[in-house]
Formats: sequence, C-alpha cells, structure tokens
Amino acid sequence: MVKKRVIPCLDVAGGRVVKGVNFVDLREMGEPIDLATRYSELGADELVFLDITATLEGRGPILELIERAAAELTIPFTVGGGVTGLDDARSLLRAGADKVAINRAAFDDPSILAALADEFGSQAVVCAIDARAGEVVTHAGERARGRDAVDWAVEAVERGAGEILVTSIDADGTRNGYDLPLTRAVVAAVEVPVIASGGAGEARHLAEAFGVGAEAAIIASIVHERPERLPELKAELKEAGWNVRT
Amino acid sequence: MSVVLVDYGAGNLRSVASAFARAGAATSITVDPAVVLDAPLAVIAGVGHVESAARGLEANGLDVAIRERVAAGRPVLGICVGMQLLFGPSDEGGAGMEILGGAVRRVRAARVPHMGWNTLEITQPAELVDGLEGEDVYFAHSYAVEPTDDSVVVAVVDHGGRIVAAVQNGSVAGVQFHPERSALAGARVLENALAWSRSA
Repeated sequence: MVKKRVIPCLDVAGGRVVKGVNFVDLREMGEPIDLATRYSELGADELVFLDITATLEGRGPILELIERAAAELTIPFTVGGGVTGLDDARSLLRAGADKVAINRAAFDDPSILAALADEFGSQAVVCAIDARAGEVVTHAGERARGRDAVDWAVEAVERGAGEILVTSIDADGTRNGYDLPLTRAVVAAVEVPVIASGGAGEARHLAEAFGVGAEAAIIASIVHERPERLPELKAELKEAGWNVRT
Repeated sequence: MSVVLVDYGAGNLRSVASAFARAGAATSITVDPAVVLDAPLAVIAGVGHVESAARGLEANGLDVAIRERVAAGRPVLGICVGMQLLFGPSDEGGAGMEILGGAVRRVRAARVPHMGWNTLEITQPAELVDGLEGEDVYFAHSYAVEPTDDSVVVAVVDHGGRIVAAVQNGSVAGVQFHPERSALAGARVLENALAWSRSA
C-alpha cells in the first residue's frame, strides 16, 4: 500500500525559511534549497514551499527558487502561498513545481481548480484550506470567510483538487498536536488524500493524524530546529506500526 | 549517451532532464521529430491528460517519429502519462499510440489520486527494474495502464489492488511512477534505462 507521508513545510519569506507561531513571531530558519536538500537526504517524503507573506504583500511567488528546486531535488515538492489566480498557479507548475497549493485564490474563484486539473492533472492541484474553529480563514489567518471548512473541501475536490491540505490556525505552531476532529471530518468527506497541517510536536501527533485517516502530515518547526529529528520521527512511526518510508 | 526528451507541451521537463543528467546522460528537450527519430534514447514524460498529450504529439508529428523508432527497434521510455501514451483508450478520454496493447483505467482505490511512495514488486526480471525489488518509488496519478498482454509487465505495486508500475517489451519501456522524484531508487531506474537503451 501507498505509504504515509511526512512532509516538512518550508515557510518562505523574502527568500528565507521562517516558521511562525500562530502565524506571527517569525524567526529566520535558513536558506530554502539547502534545507530542502538536507531534508531530502534525511528521508523527507515530499516538501512544501509556502510563500507565507505573498498574499499579504501581493507579491508573486519566487519562480527562480522553483526552477532550482526542480533541477536539484530528487523528491516531489509543492509550492503555495501568494497564488493569485490561474495564470499565477500555471506559472508555478510550468517553472517545475510538482504540485501547486492554492488557498484564497481557489476560495475566491473555485473554477481555477478545474482549469488547472484539466491542464496539469488533478494530482498537481492541492487545495490548501486554513481553518479556525472549523471555519475557512484566508489572508494568513486574518480574514474569516463564514464557510465551513469541510463543506469547502468537498466542493474543492468536486472542482478538481487532487489533495486537500488542511491547516488548523488554532493548532499551528503550538506543538500540541494536529486538529484531529477537523482532519477526521475532512478525511470522511472527500476521497482524495488529506494532508494534516499545524501543531506537530512529536511522533505521536503524526500517528494521531494518520490514525484519523490523513495520508500525510506536515511538520515544520520541530525539524527546522534540528533536522536529524526527521529520521528519528519516521523510525518512531515505523516502530509504532505505521507504514512509512525509512 | 544522449537522451532526448520529447516536448509536446505538457508541462515542465527540466526535472526529468536534470535527473538523467545526474545519471550521466547528455540530455536535450526537443519538438523536432527528426531529433526524436535519431536520438539514442527518446523519453516521453510530462503531466496531464492522455487526450491532450496525444494531441500535442500529433500536432508536431512526434507520434510518427516515435512509431518509426519503435518499428526500427530503437528504445523509447515513457514516464507517467508518457507510459500511458504507449497504450490505447483511456477512461479519462482520448487514446494513446497503441504501441502496446491495453487500456488506461481509472485507479480503483479508496483514495485517488494514488499519491506517494509505494513499494515495487518485480514480476519478472528486466533491465529496467534490476535491483529494485522492494524499493519505494513515488507515484502521483489517477489513471493506470491495464495491458492486454501481462508479459510486458515487469513491476507492480498495491493500492486498492494491483497497479502496473513498469513495463518493458523489446525496445519499449515505461514507468508509471516518477523516477526523477524517487530519490536513490529513481536514480537507479534511470541508470537502468540508460543501460537498457544501449542494449535494446
């Protein structure tokens, strides 16, 4: 069977990797390609580059970073953050991203999910959903949208998304574990793989996310501080009986 | 050793080109059927639908060049949608070049797309999958080939049932997974493909 995935997320701002607690208090973490290569060598199953300031600043994503990553990395990577619409998403995929994660632009105009799936296949289209107390929020957590996150996930898949990346803003950066009720609800509502995000602190948290049916789990600060934690996490998951790549 | 990637307008081919370069091959990307015809190894990669990919090939006469290569016994490797293009009608719409017999069917599993690392089971010895029994490689697809002749299948994986992961038949080979995104196991596949293409 296909293995459960552990996916380091590199939040990128101004070409550097950062990771915030509850989306604020950013601290510099390092150069993206260096970290990405290190994680690949340490057994990361995929990577996500998320340009977390792009939506706020209206800045386009960094195509040069993608081109380098496409040539140098030997594992798949997703790029998201600051995707303003169809043309923007298309440019990311054409630059060499394996997948594009679309958040607000898809919420504002769901038809772009179908357009991208038609051109690149749904496997290249990740719908990223940020939620607070089960409600969709956008603009780096600043704007509540008055729609149930699970309901939006179902529509996103119908429109063409091949994966749902669900981030709990409440849990993000806390290291207290993923939002399991939210993750479980999305898993039950869609038939595409679901990626849990926000709150990973230890191997037990990833196991919990897999336990409610997530196919993959995002990790960030716990490995940015000490990359060697990554193979340890996977070894612990394997020891606990999870089907992970080690 | 020179590898030519067939550019039919279906996405970025640089990651595949870079992976072949790491495996020691000189690579180029072309829309020119004459270059495709003459290359020591022609690779069909890319993403998207079989239907639009087939149209992209036909628009530049690339399908003719690939058929001529196959008829002359010169090696062709398909990757992901490129492998599906070697087969016939697709559930997704359209049809491939029918160089190998069989259809492209939607994956029947609880979670589709089939996304992530899965473990290869080698079904018969073949150059392409030499040394890869039990190795994990990366998949990202919703459709998969179902060959009419099982003897072309050289590796499978399990995802809600059997999925054909690799085929090899004479000078024609294909992989459903992404060797360029499959770390060391993927590099081994590309090295194998280069060795196979020299002897095919």
